[in-house]
Amino acid sequence: MRFLKSISKIPPTALLGMVVVFAYIFVAAFAHWVAPYGQFQIVGDQYSGWSDKFLLGTDNLGRDMFSRIVYGARNTVGVALLITFLSFSVGCTFGIVAAIRGGWVDAVLSWAVDILMSIPQLIFAMLLLTILGTSLPVLITVVALLDSTRVFRLARSVARNLVVLDFVEAVQLRGEGFWWIARHELLPNMVAPLTAEFGIRFCFVFLFIAALSFLGIGVQPPTADWGSMIRDNATLITFGDITPVIPGLAIACLTIAVNFIVDWILGKTGGSRV
Amino acid sequence: MTDMAIRQDNLLTVRGLKIEARNAEGDWHEIVHGVDLDLKRGEVLGLIGESGAGKSTIGLAAMGFARPGCRISGGSILFDGIDLASASERTKRALRGARIAYVAQSAAAAFNPAQRLIDQYAEGPVRHGVQSRAVAYDDAKQLYRRMQMPEPDTIGFRYPHQVSGGQLQRAMTAMAMSCRPDLIIFDEPTTALDVTTQIEVLASIKDVVRQFGTAAIYITHDLAVVAQMADRIKVLRYGCDVEEAAASTMMSAPREEYTRSLWAVRHMEKPAAAPVEEAMPVLSVRNVTAAYGGRRKVLENVSLDVHRGRTVAVVGESGSGKSTLARVIAGLLPPVSGQVLMDGGVLAPAVANRSRQDRQRIQMIYQMADTALNPRQTVRNIVGRPMEFFLGISSAEATARVSRLLDMMELPADCANRLPSELSGGQKQRIGIARALAAEPQLVICDEVTSALDQLVAEGILKLLMRLQQEMKLSFLFITHEFATVEAIADDVVVMQHGKIVDQGTRQEVLHPPRADYTKALVAAVPQMNTGWLEQQLQGRS
Repeated sequence: MRFLKSISKIPPTALLGMVVVFAYIFVAAFAHWVAPYGQFQIVGDQYSGWSDKFLLGTDNLGRDMFSRIVYGARNTVGVALLITFLSFSVGCTFGIVAAIRGGWVDAVLSWAVDILMSIPQLIFAMLLLTILGTSLPVLITVVALLDSTRVFRLARSVARNLVVLDFVEAVQLRGEGFWWIARHELLPNMVAPLTAEFGIRFCFVFLFIAALSFLGIGVQPPTADWGSMIRDNATLITFGDITPVIPGLAIACLTIAVNFIVDWILGKTGGSRV
Repeated sequence: MTDMAIRQDNLLTVRGLKIEARNAEGDWHEIVHGVDLDLKRGEVLGLIGESGAGKSTIGLAAMGFARPGCRISGGSILFDGIDLASASERTKRALRGARIAYVAQSAAAAFNPAQRLIDQYAEGPVRHGVQSRAVAYDDAKQLYRRMQMPEPDTIGFRYPHQVSGGQLQRAMTAMAMSCRPDLIIFDEPTTALDVTTQIEVLASIKDVVRQFGTAAIYITHDLAVVAQMADRIKVLRYGCDVEEAAASTMMSAPREEYTRSLWAVRHMEKPAAAPVEEAMPVLSVRNVTAAYGGRRKVLENVSLDVHRGRTVAVVGESGSGKSTLARVIAGLLPPVSGQVLMDGGVLAPAVANRSRQDRQRIQMIYQMADTALNPRQTVRNIVGRPMEFFLGISSAEATARVSRLLDMMELPADCANRLPSELSGGQKQRIGIARALAAEPQLVICDEVTSALDQLVAEGILKLLMRLQQEMKLSFLFITHEFATVEAIADDVVVMQHGKIVDQGTRQEVLHPPRADYTKALVAAVPQMNTGWLEQQLQGRS
């Protein structure tokens, strides 16, 4: 009963967002059951139209579009999630270190981050990926590190506002160590802004990878990825076929859905009622 | 006189006012339960009560305004024949500022920091078409002069951060006066000010209100202040009427039990302590000089002793360095020169270099219990952790000790599993005390621990502290700006001004009668309960 009541309080946009996100997760997790063909499998002619056999037609090599979109959910969403988790771990750790230690530690870390942030993210990522090669681990590390600068800034500013409060001072007077202060005093009070940021960052990372893949330095073929699928089949657009747009639509839907949920969380923790 | 006739004579008639507030789940519940209020032209009504009594909510409702998350759900608010409870937003906007004005508690937060004072003054008269900008400027200067602000002709051209808190509060009162309203609502206008500043502001307010024959609702929790300002006093509790009477009657002969208990709090006095027996003080501060960032000295050559089982009160206005002294002793601000000794042993200047035992011996209790307790930790963990940390006891034993300690704090046992947000202000402060005592310290630094609390709650905290002191032979360093608190708890008194000690000794020596000139000025500025006190003070000066 209580569960039903709490669900009824969630705004419809957030509910819709949750349904969409769960659908994506389901598809990503059970891709091999949902997809009729494998993601690398060449099953027909190039660029065949929509039919009963190939739900959304085939791509430039004759692979089933629908199957590749399904597998793309797993690859693209998985990589984006992993990167977001990584960037949050790195960014939060350094942000909290900077806030607690202050002084020169804070200054050096903040300078380093400012320098990294002053270089346009996409261009910097392209540069690094060109130098280091385009394997998946390199992609994940580079994007996560670049993204962690944004997380660092948020974590640092939130933590700094907490560190000056009396309860943290009381703990410092007691002589508690760094990890205790971070884990017991700071992090529990940072959950709300960090969660909201996680949702937004996840979307950005997602779009960022899609952009990199579209440019050919993201997720590498033949692995199915929504960004590179748009590029591979872009020629179809000139013939008035909307198939290449579908991976783009998949990206758009997920981004909007996640933002619906984030808006709701932000409103809830911010105390404002929409 | 019939009820109808009263209404015609009144400027403001409130009948059966009900206000509802919305909680986190979005459900409405009533917080003001049918309050009546009558105000004649030129009359000052004092509204008094503890926090949560609905004083401010009722004050705002008198302007037909409900804070976000609140709504006026019943009753009528008749202002000069217009029912504000049902009036349109347009009608109310025409009245506000022009005929009803509001003076907020924190002038610093209420002024726009990016505009000069005089421009903010002129905004009302110009908007309402009462005066042109030039006339309003001249008018402002005259009012500033009347309110005895320094350099009245030019002070208006400063920005809010360029004038002091007391001046800002006067500028705000002048601004409320700008359209010569019929009614001004003062919401705790002097609560955030020092006593010496407060008396100036009170005098100014009283003077202009009388000169222009303005009616006023004066909201405060300070009984002595309301006794000076109001013609009639209304006592509120939990959103209900308790009683109402003329100020002098209310002060000398309150009818209700609750009102009497409020009055009684101000007369606590600790019996004089026996002279110091031990030669070795628990805490000894020797010639400490301290500064922030190497600039102006905030403490200069401060020396004091705290003996076992005694309470030393450090009094002074804001900016006197009393909180800085606490930070030096705690090791948060290493002094430029001088030493802090504990039981004769020198303490390291910075807390990071102090031994665990040294850190254990000094504990602090903070002013704002809201920020002093981690909102995400249960009371069990807040209080239990110092025990585990300092005494090295097991988690299970800590839990048992926490419940014993909570019992000592006169808190219910089920508090242990609650979060701070589920406790009242007084309960939170008791948790702050429990956390300090959990470490089994010798010296407890209390930094304005009762300043943010209502008087009845503060009284309970002071009694608890004294009982704990007797039971555990604790020493307190008690920082405060309230003389009533000093009388209630201190054995020894240190008076500070501009970072220096002006006078120190036993409470009898320092305060009965006040020995140093500065102490005299401070004590004289504390409002007294008799209604004519402010006038006497002002006459005494001129």
